[in-house]
Amino acid sequence: MPKPLVETGAQIDGYTIGECVHAGGMATLWTVTHPGIDMPLLMKIPRVSEGEDPAAIVSFEMEMMILPRLTGSHVPSCFGTGDFAHQAYVVIERIVGTTLYKRLPDLPLPYDEARQLVAKVATALADLHRQNVIHHDIKPSSIMFRDSGEAVLIDYGLSHHDHLPDLLQEEFRLPYGTAPYMAPERLLGVRDDPRSDLFSLGVLLYFFTTGERPFGEGETLRAMRRRLWRDPQPPRKLRPDYPPWLQEVVLRCLEIEPEWRYPTAAQLAFDLAHPDQVRLTARSERLKRDPLSIAWRRRFNQGVMAPRAKSDVAAQIASSPIVAVALDTMEGAVELNEALRVTTERILATLPSARLACLNVLKLNRIAIDKTLDEQGSNKHIDRLVALRHWATPLKLDESRLSVHVLEAVDPATALLEFAEMNSVDHLIIGARQNSFRRSWLGSVSAKVAAEAACTVTVVRPRTAAVKPDAGVVWG
Amino acid sequence: MRLAVFSDIHGNRQAFEACLKAARAKGAERFVLLGDFVGYGADPEWVVETTMALVEEGAIAVRGNHDEAVNATTETMNAEAQVAIEWTRGRLDVAQRRFLAGLPMAVEEQERLYVHSEASQPTRWHYVRSTADAAKSLIATPAHVTFCGHIHRPALYSMSVTAKMTSLVPKTDVSVPLLRGRQWLAVIGSVGQPRDGDPSAAFVLYDTASCEITFCRAPYDIESAANRIRENGLPHWLADRLSQGR
Repeated sequence: MPKPLVETGAQIDGYTIGECVHAGGMATLWTVTHPGIDMPLLMKIPRVSEGEDPAAIVSFEMEMMILPRLTGSHVPSCFGTGDFAHQAYVVIERIVGTTLYKRLPDLPLPYDEARQLVAKVATALADLHRQNVIHHDIKPSSIMFRDSGEAVLIDYGLSHHDHLPDLLQEEFRLPYGTAPYMAPERLLGVRDDPRSDLFSLGVLLYFFTTGERPFGEGETLRAMRRRLWRDPQPPRKLRPDYPPWLQEVVLRCLEIEPEWRYPTAAQLAFDLAHPDQVRLTARSERLKRDPLSIAWRRRFNQGVMAPRAKSDVAAQIASSPIVAVALDTMEGAVELNEALRVTTERILATLPSARLACLNVLKLNRIAIDKTLDEQGSNKHIDRLVALRHWATPLKLDESRLSVHVLEAVDPATALLEFAEMNSVDHLIIGARQNSFRRSWLGSVSAKVAAEAACTVTVVRPRTAAVKPDAGVVWG
Repeated sequence: MRLAVFSDIHGNRQAFEACLKAARAKGAERFVLLGDFVGYGADPEWVVETTMALVEEGAIAVRGNHDEAVNATTETMNAEAQVAIEWTRGRLDVAQRRFLAGLPMAVEEQERLYVHSEASQPTRWHYVRSTADAAKSLIATPAHVTFCGHIHRPALYSMSVTAKMTSLVPKTDVSVPLLRGRQWLAVIGSVGQPRDGDPSAAFVLYDTASCEITFCRAPYDIESAANRIRENGLPHWLADRLSQGR
């Protein structure tokens, strides 16, 4: 790989190099001009010579892949890339102004200023996540603002694009990023959860409103791992006048389990835009951290669903309900499954943040021993999962909103009821009894589920020649 | 130049036709065929005939294990594959069988390697199922991009200069730049018998100038292909699985 031979006045692929405006650990930034482009431009050039951090190359490769694919006002426009065979570079729009890092001496900011600022960043993140990219390095120095007020996210060297190879997947033994802002799941190697960015933004919001970093500045793995089980001091403890709604938002972003955070950046932005409508839970009232007994339980039960305060569960569910749909195996139930899909689609249409769980019960024999493999030798369990996904495909649900589950049970109704209970399902959709004798077991299932479930149940009946006026009944 | 890469056509005329049409519509200028032209499907003659014509026009074709089994009975296969291969043997004429027998195991073209299965030992017909398999394949070649098939499920692997691996289940119609400075292994899905849960025919487009790869799918008349299998007395499972994509 050739050493970069970049200096003021040099020409690279039609770009004329201006001055070096930044020399960081991983890359240098140069102003450049191009006769065809009427916009201030920056050329970013990685440090690739001997002895440099190998992370610089991999990070730069990620930027080379991701930047040209991003669009919109929340990212710098990308004008060109050059690969390592000749001279590696990316040319991006030069955003005028400074990063949020320059605001650090002003901390803590007034609550309302911080709210508006972070709301803009959340909006930018929502736009980035919509483009299948997780930033993974949200911190003050990655954030700039356009004159129009919109936040721009820069630096994609640690990012993950859901449709592109993740070059950082195996690259580093230790999680790579900015320690104070890193989400706990990143320490476990998770790189595909957009809510990691919401955690980082929560750290920033906490820092900007209290003047203190919620997890300190520890760079050691040991210090970083504490966040896997130890919750931060509630902001109200640091600042008695801290608004409860703001604490609610901050602590929700900083939940250890990603599922307990906002499901989307858009939802976070919505709450920040409407502080009066933030639904307050026990989080907002907290004046001290969880007792050590709880923190220790988390510490030594990692990977196990640790018990949580009930009000938090309620808050999460209320904001993004879980809908479950119970499906028969695909063969012979085409009409019913189509009707179930139409109904599910209608319900989800009104609940853009709802999760959908598709359930199928693999009925076990009461006495005989079941074989895992079918006649063709393929795994029944996996086949059903595939069939469930296939059924859900036309719903065009984001992967993060869809799950498929094959429950193995002797009694399908009980299995469904248990699943609903365990997973706090808010709404269960199930097919009605079919006329044919073969389907008769399903009828009893829907009746039992409708009668005994703790949640709303919709029983769906496909239209037939003889339609009864009460076809399709909803139990609340 | 834009290449269209096909693999595992397996005698499925309808799927092959659909892929050829779709690839040409997307600007394919040259075809690369990664073997297993026959076996399973009911139109081996047409598929081999068409492949021979494409090769005549400059396409590249390599040998797959089913192509080999047509001429040599040593290959051990599962029962259905064996039935299909014996049936196929009776359908192909001498010229067609000679064509299959004469196919190379692998072809290197500039910085690209075309091979049916895992590249370290192409005659062993190993599958690329994991990053470990992919690493074995990539270490065996200096090529920037290796294209292989055989497993009927699309995947994209890369290996950095420090032998760090990445893996990706590619998204349909999303182009991925195969950066220089690392090696890539593109596992092509199957044209004639997809097994990744999507029954539509799979192929790949590769732009040799930009090094961008795009995994594509072409819907085709599955019913007709399945009926041809049933009409010809081949095992019904070979017909049924087409609509299930497994």
